[in-house]
Amino acid sequence: MSHHTISVVDLGFVYPDGTRALENVSFEVGHGEAIAVVGANGAGKSTLLMHLNGLLSPTQGTVHIGGLPVIKSTLPEIRRTVGMIFQDSDDQLFMPTVAEDVGFGPLNLGLPPEDVAARVDEALGRVGAAHLKERPPYRLSGGEKRAVAIATVLAMEPNMLVMDEPSSGLDPQARRRLIGLLASFEHTRIIATHDLDMAAELCERVLVMSGGRLVADASVRDVFTDDELLAASGLERPLGMQACPVCGGTEAGRAGPAGDR
Amino acid sequence: MSAIATGLSTLDRLDRLAQQDTAIHRLDPRAKVLTTLVFIVCVVSFGKYDVIQLLPFVVYPVVLAAGGRVPLGFVARILLVVSPFALFVGVFNPFLDRQVVAEIGGLQISGGWVSYASIILRFLLTAGVALVLTATTSFIGICLALEKLRVPDVLVTQLLLLFRYIFVLGDEAQRLGQARRLRSFGHRGMGLRPYGLMLGQLLLRSFARAQRVYEAMLCRGFDGRIRMARTLHFGRADLLFTLGWTALFVAFRLVDVPLLLGRLTTGMGQ
Repeated sequence: MSHHTISVVDLGFVYPDGTRALENVSFEVGHGEAIAVVGANGAGKSTLLMHLNGLLSPTQGTVHIGGLPVIKSTLPEIRRTVGMIFQDSDDQLFMPTVAEDVGFGPLNLGLPPEDVAARVDEALGRVGAAHLKERPPYRLSGGEKRAVAIATVLAMEPNMLVMDEPSSGLDPQARRRLIGLLASFEHTRIIATHDLDMAAELCERVLVMSGGRLVADASVRDVFTDDELLAASGLERPLGMQACPVCGGTEAGRAGPAGDR
Repeated sequence: MSAIATGLSTLDRLDRLAQQDTAIHRLDPRAKVLTTLVFIVCVVSFGKYDVIQLLPFVVYPVVLAAGGRVPLGFVARILLVVSPFALFVGVFNPFLDRQVVAEIGGLQISGGWVSYASIILRFLLTAGVALVLTATTSFIGICLALEKLRVPDVLVTQLLLLFRYIFVLGDEAQRLGQARRLRSFGHRGMGLRPYGLMLGQLLLRSFARAQRVYEAMLCRGFDGRIRMARTLHFGRADLLFTLGWTALFVAFRLVDVPLLLGRLTTGMGQ
């Protein structure tokens, strides 16, 4: 797998109960890109993400990851390549201790125990959670859980990271640390979020979903200044790009955060 | 719903006790699990009217608790909370079985009372030892021992996930209960109906969560078996512990120790 790219063509998905969750979604993601997926509740963001590592199979259209089609026979390879970080970290941390949870993926990959231990230490160190190693997951704070959940995925050494609401439920400082961490990654990143300021800070490109359709695929600056599009999609400008409620002016320097990266 | 909170904090305390570092904690979980199993089998295999013969068995949970620094008061409190079950199981024995089997100081004791006492004593011994085992081995340690003792993976995986998610489920149940209380203004709300609906709600939420957890496991290459990197070492101390206690239990089972002691003391007195 030479390129960490994603190609989604004419993707459609209907839930078994008849709900049409996705319709004619097509987009490409290049190597190393960071992309935000935004949209109102129920716009189809999570459903879209679940197609990127084969948790759901398309009713229509295709998904390719690094040139490989996402089909049953490629799932093990796809799931190693695409690391998925869930919205509720409790869903993701199911082992008795943090270390064992982080080691779960590598052990399933068939790595010898010494290598697993090394990967666990490395992944936990990367997210600044080395001191939590022996703790049971239920005794972690929300921010710690999120950091560990990210480590569980990093330990599999994926090429791409797919994240569903990574900043939800975090206190401001934990959120800030998370943003710093995500900015330091070189993986191809897809981030579904309502935290538009984080999206503006981390991503160059934004996909806007509305009613299961992809209604915009453009740069951060273009999307987040298009008030008509934002309103129609149940969104608003990121706070950092709104007029200041005290002085009435916008900070030009912060208006295009993607530009100052 | 504070009963849930109490339950969870008890479980949490058990788990914290299990993190201590004593000679008992350091024993291989398999040694403790096997020995405890022998203990339980011996205790429950006594006859219906055996009471005195059960008493020597108290020594095992007490030694284990003392060596593992498990406060007996804590264990006693949990036993008290769960005791109604045992108390009710045999509650009709004294009425059904009125045949007098003993007389102490003019007080006639029927077989029913003796068998009732036997049931309660057995409950205290087996439940107590299970608690002390958990507090010295940890729930996860017990699971690990079971896995190494060839208990089917499916069962061990169930137990592991049960322990992990009981806290999440408990929190969820508490939030539901809180939401109900906040809007029922000190009354019983709308009777029992909301409780049924809440239970249904909890079940549906658990299904949804189970689905998500399973997906998260699939994402990391789950293939039906949970692998754990922990290794166990069954050394000489473990062997001695297991054989020593097992021999003692079998001796207690075969020889009526209290009777023997009684004979010895009365024998010496003559």
